[in-house]
Amino acid sequence: MDFDLTADQKLFRATTREFLEKEMPLTRVRELGASGVGFEPDWWRRGSELGWNAMTVGPAAGGDSISGEGLVDTCIVAEEMGRLTSPGPLLGVNLVAAALGEAANAADHAEVIAALVAGEAVASWASYEPGRGWAPLTPGTRAVPDGEGYLLTGVKDRVEAGDQADYFLVTATAPDGLVQLLVPAGAPGLTVTPEQSLDLVRRYARVELDGVSVAGTGVVVPADSAQAAVNRQIQIAVALQCAETVGAVQRVFEFTVQWAFDRYSFGRPLASYQALKHRFADSKLWLEACLATAGAAAHAASQQAADADELASVAKSYVGQRATDIIQDCVQLHGGIGVTWEHDIHLYLRRATVNRVMFGTPAEHRRRLADILGV
Amino acid sequence: MTQSVTADLEDVESFRLRARAWLAANMPRLVPGQANSLEEIGRINDAMWPRARELQRLLYDGGFAGICYPREYGGLGLTPAHQRAFNAECAGYEMPLVLNTPTFSICGPTILDMGSEEQKRQHLPAVIRGEEILVQFLSEPRGGSDLAGVTTRATRDGDVFILNGSKIWSSGAYAADWALCLTRTDWDAPKHRGMTMFLVKVHQPGVQIRRIRQVGGGDEFCQEFFDDVPIPASDVVGEVNGGWAVASRQLFHERNAVGGGSPYTSGGGQRRRGPGTSSLIDMVRATGQSGDVRVRELVAEAHAIGRIQQQLIARVTAGMLSQQLPPPSAAIMRLFSGESATRLAEIGVEIMGSHAAAADDAASVGYGVSFLARQAGSLGGGSTEMARNIISERVLGMPREYAADRDVPFSQVRQGR
Repeated sequence: MDFDLTADQKLFRATTREFLEKEMPLTRVRELGASGVGFEPDWWRRGSELGWNAMTVGPAAGGDSISGEGLVDTCIVAEEMGRLTSPGPLLGVNLVAAALGEAANAADHAEVIAALVAGEAVASWASYEPGRGWAPLTPGTRAVPDGEGYLLTGVKDRVEAGDQADYFLVTATAPDGLVQLLVPAGAPGLTVTPEQSLDLVRRYARVELDGVSVAGTGVVVPADSAQAAVNRQIQIAVALQCAETVGAVQRVFEFTVQWAFDRYSFGRPLASYQALKHRFADSKLWLEACLATAGAAAHAASQQAADADELASVAKSYVGQRATDIIQDCVQLHGGIGVTWEHDIHLYLRRATVNRVMFGTPAEHRRRLADILGV
Repeated sequence: MTQSVTADLEDVESFRLRARAWLAANMPRLVPGQANSLEEIGRINDAMWPRARELQRLLYDGGFAGICYPREYGGLGLTPAHQRAFNAECAGYEMPLVLNTPTFSICGPTILDMGSEEQKRQHLPAVIRGEEILVQFLSEPRGGSDLAGVTTRATRDGDVFILNGSKIWSSGAYAADWALCLTRTDWDAPKHRGMTMFLVKVHQPGVQIRRIRQVGGGDEFCQEFFDDVPIPASDVVGEVNGGWAVASRQLFHERNAVGGGSPYTSGGGQRRRGPGTSSLIDMVRATGQSGDVRVRELVAEAHAIGRIQQQLIARVTAGMLSQQLPPPSAAIMRLFSGESATRLAEIGVEIMGSHAAAADDAASVGYGVSFLARQAGSLGGGSTEMARNIISERVLGMPREYAADRDVPFSQVRQGR
C-alpha cells in the first residue's frame, strides 16, 4: 500500500485486518472451499458494516469515503483480503454500486445501492461471454427495445459469485449501441449454472438470459454513454483486482523470506546463499514495482484522471504477470512442501492466477494499451 | 538529502508558471527531431560539454540553477517537487543534460554531504554556474564491484599527498575540471579503514587521460594514470582514512541517479538507456507494422516499463524519505533501470527485425547498436549483481557474502593480476 496512508486509513486497515484474521483465517477459507460455499451472507453483512462497500460509490449516492479517494480506500480492503485469500464479492459489489451511483437515474437505484452498501444484497459484473476472451465492449448479448426497457437474450459466463448474486450488471448490444442493464437474479428467463473454479472460495457461474424483460428503470447506462461507463468499470475492476493481488504477493513474500532465514541446508540458512539471495532481490524489485503501479492505477481511477485507462492497463499487464512469477518462485524456494495441498501457498497462487487471467490477461491489457496509445 | 527548508518557499505552482515563462523567453528551443534526453541522444559528443556550460550559465543567470541545492552554496534551496515541476516544463528546450550525472546528481551532493565548508564554497557555486564539471575516479582496472579494494596510492608528504595509480570508467573525465578520487592511504589497516577521498584537479601535470571507445561507438569513458601527482591536504574530503564513509554516500547518490530518483538532476530527467516509446511508435508506423498484434504488444510493454519506472521511483523515493524503506532501497531503482534497459533493447531489436542490422537510416540501425551496448545499463553505476547483493543484504537483512579480506590488513590481502 501507499507510504502516505492517513491516520484514518491506517485505522481502517487495522480494523479490517483484525476482522479478517479473526473471522476468516486460512483454516476457515479451506473449510468454505471444502463445503463448496463461496462466502457466508451473514459474514459478508458483518464485514460490510465496517464500510467495505460504502466508499467507491460516490457521496451523491450516499457513499462515504475515508480519504476523499473512495476507490483507494476500498483498495485497502482488497489488499487485506488478498493477504488472507478471503472470500467475498468486494469487487462486484463495489463496481456495481459505483456504476449505479454514477448513473443518470441513480435515484431509481437508491434501494439497491443501500442494500449493496449494507451487505444485504450482492451484485456482480457480467463482463465475459462463452467462447471468447475478454471483450467487454463488444458483447454478443442482444437487447431488444421493449417499451421503456429491453428484452435481453444471450449468455454471460465467468460471472464472479454468480450463484450468490442478487443482481447482475449486464452489457448488451442494442440497435442504437451498447447499453448496460441491471438484471435481478430472480428475473424470469434468467438461469444460473455454477462453473468449475480454480480458487477455493471465489466461484464463478454461467448466466443465461432468455428473453429476460428489463424495465426502463433497470437501464443503468443508455446507449450514448455505455462505452465510457464500461471503461470506467474496467478501471475500478483492475484497481481492486491489482490491490488484492499485491496483498497476496506481499504476504507470500513475507513468509518466504522468513522461511529462508529459518530453513537450514548444509549447516547454513537458505538466506545465506547468493544464488537464492539474488532471486529474493528480484522478487523484492517486482513486488515494489507491483505496489507502485497498482497504487498509481488506483489513484488515477479514483481521481478519474485523464490517464486512468492507460494506467489501469499498465498496472494489470505488469502485476498479472509478476505476481505469479514471484509466487511461483516462492513455491520453488519452499521445496516439495510448496506443491502440497497442506501448505497455504497454493491458496495464494490460486488467487493470484485467477486475478492474472480474469478481467483481461496481461497480453489482453497490452493490446488494450496499444489501442489507448494509438499505435 | 541535504536541503535547507525555509518557511517562505515559493509554492510549486507559482514556481512552475514562472519557470514556464522564463524558459519560453530565454532557453533555446529544440528543433523538431532534435533529441530531448540523453537516452535519445544515445551518445555523448565533445561539443556537448562547452555547450552545456553555456546553457547552465543561462539557467544560473535566470535563477533556475541548482534548484535543490542550498542557497548558501549558490542554489535555490527548493524541494524535489519544485525540481520535478521545472523538469516537466523543460521538455522541448535545449538543456545541459550531460551535467546531470555525475556532476549534479552524484558528485555535487556528495560534496554537500561530506565536504568541508571551504570545499562546498569553492566547488558548489562554481558547479551551479556551469563553470566546473565534476567526475568520479572510483573504479580501477583491477576490479569494479569491489570498490573498497582500491590500490591507487596516496602517500602523505608534509602538507601534500602524492598520488600514484590508475582509475577507469570515469565518464567524461576529459571534459571535467575536478574529480572525487578514492585512494588507499593506509595499507596496514583493513581495507575499509585505509582509504581517503580527495578532490583532484583533473588537468594537471602527472595526470594522463586515455579515452576508451565503447561498443556503441561512443568514447565518453576514460582511464586516468597518476604519476607522482601532488594533492594538497586541504583537498581531503571527509577524514584521512575515512574515505569509505564518503564513498558510501557517493554510491548512495549514484544508485539514486542511475535508478532515476535523484532530486538534483535538472531537465530531461534521467540517463536511461533504450528507446523512448514515442520514437518506437513512429518506427512501428514507418515500417508498416501497426497492424501486427505481436508488435503492438511489444510497444505496449515498452511503454508500460517506462511508466512503471516512474511509478517505482516515486514510491521508493517516498518510502526512503519517510523512512519506511531503508536508504539502500535506492538499489531497487537501480536494479529496475538495468533490467528494463535490457528488455527495452530486446524489444527494439525484436520490432526492427533485420532493419536493426541493415537499413537506409541511422535510426533503424541505432536499435541494433543499442542492443550491442545492452549490458551497459546493467554495469555502469554499479552492476546489477551488486544491486541484488544490496537489496538482499541491506534491505531484506540476509547474511552478508563471505569476504576473504574482512578485518585483514590490506597489505596482506591476496590480489589477482
